Amino acid sequence: MSNAHERVEKNVGLMIVLTLIAVSFGGLAEIVPLFWQKATTEPLESLEPYTALEMEGRDIYIREGCHVCHTQMVRPLRAETERYGAYSVAGEDVWEHPFLWGSKRTGPDLARVGLRPITEQWHREHLRDPRQVVPESNMPAYPWLQETPVDWSDTERTLQLFKDTFGVPYSEQDITEQLNKIEGEWADATEEDALVAYLLSLGQERKEASQ
Amino acid sequence: MSDFWSWFIIIIVAINLLGCAGLLLWNNQISPEEAAKETTGHSFDGIQERNAPLPRWWLFLFIGTLIFACIYLALYPGLGKFEGLLGWSSSGQYEKEVTLVARQTDPLFEEFAKVPVEELIEYPEALAVGGRLFANNCAICHGSDARGAKGYPNLADNDWLYGGEPKQIITSIAQGRTGMMPPMAAAIGNTDQAVRDMAIYVQSLSRPDLARDAQKAAAIERAKPKFAVCAACHGQDGKGIQAMGAPNLTDTTWLYGPRLEDIETTIHEGRKGEMPKHENLLSDEKIHVIAAYVYSLSHKPAP
Repeated sequence: MSNAHERVEKNVGLMIVLTLIAVSFGGLAEIVPLFWQKATTEPLESLEPYTALEMEGRDIYIREGCHVCHTQMVRPLRAETERYGAYSVAGEDVWEHPFLWGSKRTGPDLARVGLRPITEQWHREHLRDPRQVVPESNMPAYPWLQETPVDWSDTERTLQLFKDTFGVPYSEQDITEQLNKIEGEWADATEEDALVAYLLSLGQERKEASQ
Repeated sequence: MSDFWSWFIIIIVAINLLGCAGLLLWNNQISPEEAAKETTGHSFDGIQERNAPLPRWWLFLFIGTLIFACIYLALYPGLGKFEGLLGWSSSGQYEKEVTLVARQTDPLFEEFAKVPVEELIEYPEALAVGGRLFANNCAICHGSDARGAKGYPNLADNDWLYGGEPKQIITSIAQGRTGMMPPMAAAIGNTDQAVRDMAIYVQSLSRPDLARDAQKAAAIERAKPKFAVCAACHGQDGKGIQAMGAPNLTDTTWLYGPRLEDIETTIHEGRKGEMPKHENLLSDEKIHVIAAYVYSLSHKPAP
């Protein structure tokens, strides 16, 4: 072979193998070790699993595309922690499936919204008609949430799935308790109730760090 | 990070760098016999591909990136557990930024805290800072112009539910306030008619002209004696009691709207207003500055 590089350039199979090896180096060094890091696989001690109501609220959050305009990721920058609260750490997202970090802030970050001094009533008014309370807001209104009852048909499966597949420490007793509440306390819950419960739960695991 | 993963990363990074360097050297060697050939022998539509080594500038750029990588990995964390000679970390950088700004602003806030609120409104810098803090912490409910919304008081009109003295404003911000009007329909007769009469009476407190309408005058007469149950909080004259946060009904400020329907809803269902406390979120000095900003909205400093 007269040209050393010719061997690679004229052998597509070898080229593919070498390319894959080269490309995989980045992932092997940057991503693979994270699967075995305490910081990314162990939940914060203060982290609480979602209640059934919050879990349904989270699904509504995803369904309505809230994560398209709101991030849940406070970066370690003073300007962000002044505005939102303690910066995000990996341990608070261990039970998030899928995570809702988002990538674009049309509206403010919501990772710490449950810690803000905002009343439940405000959240309700704001969801029904954002401009009623924030005239310059460009957020869409979600007035139907207050009239739509929560669809509980998949909740048991969801909780079981999070327990068995994702390792969220619900006990069988916890799940029974949650299902009882669906029959009782939350029997008439609307989607608005669920979404507000979810929003108020956001950031609680970083309450200490945010003060 | 365990030693295994640390070495795993170090080895991959080392292989990567050495591999790049090796590839470079390997491709840079060209035998005299090779170099003698003018072209690679490829010819497409009469266009021939030259057989030349890497351009020098490109080669040096490549070597430069390799050197940069080595220096970078020596200074910053990148090689497994090795923290880098500079000891940089993102949380460390964050702490440094926070400490630096605190060192710059703490004396300023301390200085502001020494000035009574009534005088602080003469300090434009204090009001600018207060305005920013207001925008971040208060505007979500009270509006960016502080003129409030339905159920959220206007802070710029010098009409106060809990008092507008600086001390009272500071208490409102730090401790929060809980306003509660119970449903009153049952206490005044429990009929729609009785509630409507009372709503008209409440309206007439700020609009005496309503009494000129004979029908409304009759409603006012019917409701007047029943107002005694309202007077416990709103006062016999309807002027409210600030200590309880009971609004003055004789002025034209309406927290929940001036229409008859709004007032009827209030009487039927009651109202609950909550100002959350901020003492755990904001330092006393910051609350002091926000209070000055709020106070300034209705007390323009002398020009």
